[in-house]
Amino acid sequence: MDIKAYIALSLTLFTIGLIGVLVRRNAIIIFMCIELMLNAVNLLLVAFSKMHAASPAVKALPTYASDAQVFVFFIMVVAAAEVSVGLAIIVMMYRNIHSVDVNFLNRLKH
Amino acid sequence: MNNIVKLIWLIPFLPLIGFLINGVGRKLLSKTFSGIIGSAVVLGSFIISLLVFLQIKSGNVFNIHYFNFISIDSLKISFDYKIDQLTSLFLLIITGVGFLIHVYSTSYMHEEDDKDFAKYFSYLNLFVFSMLLLVMGGNYLIMFIGWEGVGLCSYLLIGYWYKNNNYTDAAKKAFIMNRIGDLGFLLALFWLIAKVDTVDYDQVFSAASLAKLTPVDISGITLLLFVGATGKSAQIPLYTWLPDAMAGPTPVSALIHAATMVTAGIYMIARSNALFSLAHNTQLVITIVGLATALLAASIAIKQHDIKKVLAYSTVSQLGFMFIALGTGNYVAAVFHVITHAFFKALMFLGSGSVIHAMGGEQDIRKMGGLHKHMKITSITFLIGCIAIAGIPGFSGFFSKDEILAGAYSHGVVFYAVALFAALLTAFYMFRLYIVTFTGKFRGTHEPEHHLHESPSAMTIPLIILAVLSIVGGYIGVPEALGGHHQLSAFLSPVVKSSVHHLTHDTEYMLMGLSTALVLIAIFFAWTRFKKYQPEGESKGFAKLLENKWYVDELYDFVIVKPIKSIAGFSNRIIEAKGIDGLVNGVGKAVNYSGRQLRWLQSGQVGAYVLLMVIGILLLFILKLFF
Repeated sequence: MDIKAYIALSLTLFTIGLIGVLVRRNAIIIFMCIELMLNAVNLLLVAFSKMHAASPAVKALPTYASDAQVFVFFIMVVAAAEVSVGLAIIVMMYRNIHSVDVNFLNRLKH
Repeated sequence: MNNIVKLIWLIPFLPLIGFLINGVGRKLLSKTFSGIIGSAVVLGSFIISLLVFLQIKSGNVFNIHYFNFISIDSLKISFDYKIDQLTSLFLLIITGVGFLIHVYSTSYMHEEDDKDFAKYFSYLNLFVFSMLLLVMGGNYLIMFIGWEGVGLCSYLLIGYWYKNNNYTDAAKKAFIMNRIGDLGFLLALFWLIAKVDTVDYDQVFSAASLAKLTPVDISGITLLLFVGATGKSAQIPLYTWLPDAMAGPTPVSALIHAATMVTAGIYMIARSNALFSLAHNTQLVITIVGLATALLAASIAIKQHDIKKVLAYSTVSQLGFMFIALGTGNYVAAVFHVITHAFFKALMFLGSGSVIHAMGGEQDIRKMGGLHKHMKITSITFLIGCIAIAGIPGFSGFFSKDEILAGAYSHGVVFYAVALFAALLTAFYMFRLYIVTFTGKFRGTHEPEHHLHESPSAMTIPLIILAVLSIVGGYIGVPEALGGHHQLSAFLSPVVKSSVHHLTHDTEYMLMGLSTALVLIAIFFAWTRFKKYQPEGESKGFAKLLENKWYVDELYDFVIVKPIKSIAGFSNRIIEAKGIDGLVNGVGKAVNYSGRQLRWLQSGQVGAYVLLMVIGILLLFILKLFF
């Protein structure tokens, strides 16, 4: 399959995530949008890895066609840990200000 | 002899110790203790000075090198003491009269608080230390250190009662006037260093270095040194601080503003006689300034009503006499007059202190009168002082003043006539002071009359000692015309080379007879004029001019103070307010304005930050891709 379709998909997902982060005020939605951007990048990484595996020069390497896949798994594990921390912060935020609206998070200014 | 050399450093060091003890412990020490410490250290210095004097009398001169003080390139200034005949005489006066005044102060200042009392003695000891440094130094720089030190102590002690604004103003006036003179001294030092590369007395006065100086250098250096002397020794034009210095406690006036500090200028010129003898222009200037000061101050003293002011102007006038002697090359006579003047002027100041003490702080002689029957010792000793200063034969002032007059005569009859006239005024105003204060009826109210009493013995004993010295002090310099040998002149001859034309004995007899007769007439005139003294109303014409001190203070105020104040006011309003303030405030305002304009960037909204971040990233992309 042509690599361009993967790039278009990733770009679309990333842009949706980015716009979501910019326009939404609900912390959980923003968080989900960040995850969306992360996964868009992950997808692109796997796609490029596959594309590179097709070239003869790479075939000689001992880590042939496996390094990017391993990377992606790592990223997913780290993202899972990050989600737990992020969600914990949001829960604490809700407990303290009874809202998950990020516009209320402007105490540093005052 | 070696033992004495080892002790010499103690002479100034003992008063310094006294200063430290009294200064540091002023809150802890009792009055008795600080008084004893203050007096004992000076007594110690006096005893060592006496031993040193005996050594010097037998022909030894001490040049003691302690350490290198400044060493820059070829200029080497060391910390030396030079104790010769001239220094040893000053040591005796400073520590001897100083000790008597310390003892007197223990009683005079007894009403002060403990801590002020100790403060007073610490200042007094610091003064003695500085003055000793001034006369003992082996080069001009050490002298300058002492010179500045005594100026500082004078300032501290004039402003001793610092809660009174007038007194602190008087202190500032004294300090500023002295600073003007000090500048002259300092410039003279720089000039000397530039030309001969040394400030050490022996090296400067050596033939080799004098040969390096052109006549212009010598005139310039001596004139600048003389400017320094006019500041310290209260000569025209810098004399106005001394009468105001009477704001200090009376013993201070006696010690600093009559007996010792004001003679520093005389000492300095007598010390530099090798230079001054070469500068005839400067000598003429000194003579004229001395004559003018002697006459002006004496004329002012005639119409003053404050007992201490009369004595202050008398001091200025007598210092003028000393400068006449210096200007006519009669250095021995100047030193002689310093010695006798120290005795009788300290005596009269302490006597006036005793009077003020008895009068409960009153200083106006119009409110005194008839004090003789209440305080006989003070009255008699004061009278001795008056006779001595007036120059009645047999008393110390006669010998020294006559020598000055004779020196003036040998330089010109006009000098002699003016100096003689000033001497007559001296006799007149001193006896006016005595007659108005001690004879006649008491003119004050009943309240102080009731309290009139003789002062305690701590005050009267110094008076008696000084009175005896005022009588016998002159016999160290009996002129040959009167069958004496003038021991002082012989004693000082290795250091001070007077250049006096010798008069015949007949001329000297004539001069002495003339001055004595005129002085007696002046005293008689004072007696007839003031024996039934009643305070007059407003004085008019010339008398008013004298009473207001020739309006010299007002003149200085108009010529110097007012213009400086208006320049300062201009700088304050225009340069300071508009210029410098505008610049500083402008910077502040610019920062403030730009801060307000940039404030919207920090909105505190998370969304806004993210948006800015995204815009930034996009910009970076664009930059990367297209440029």
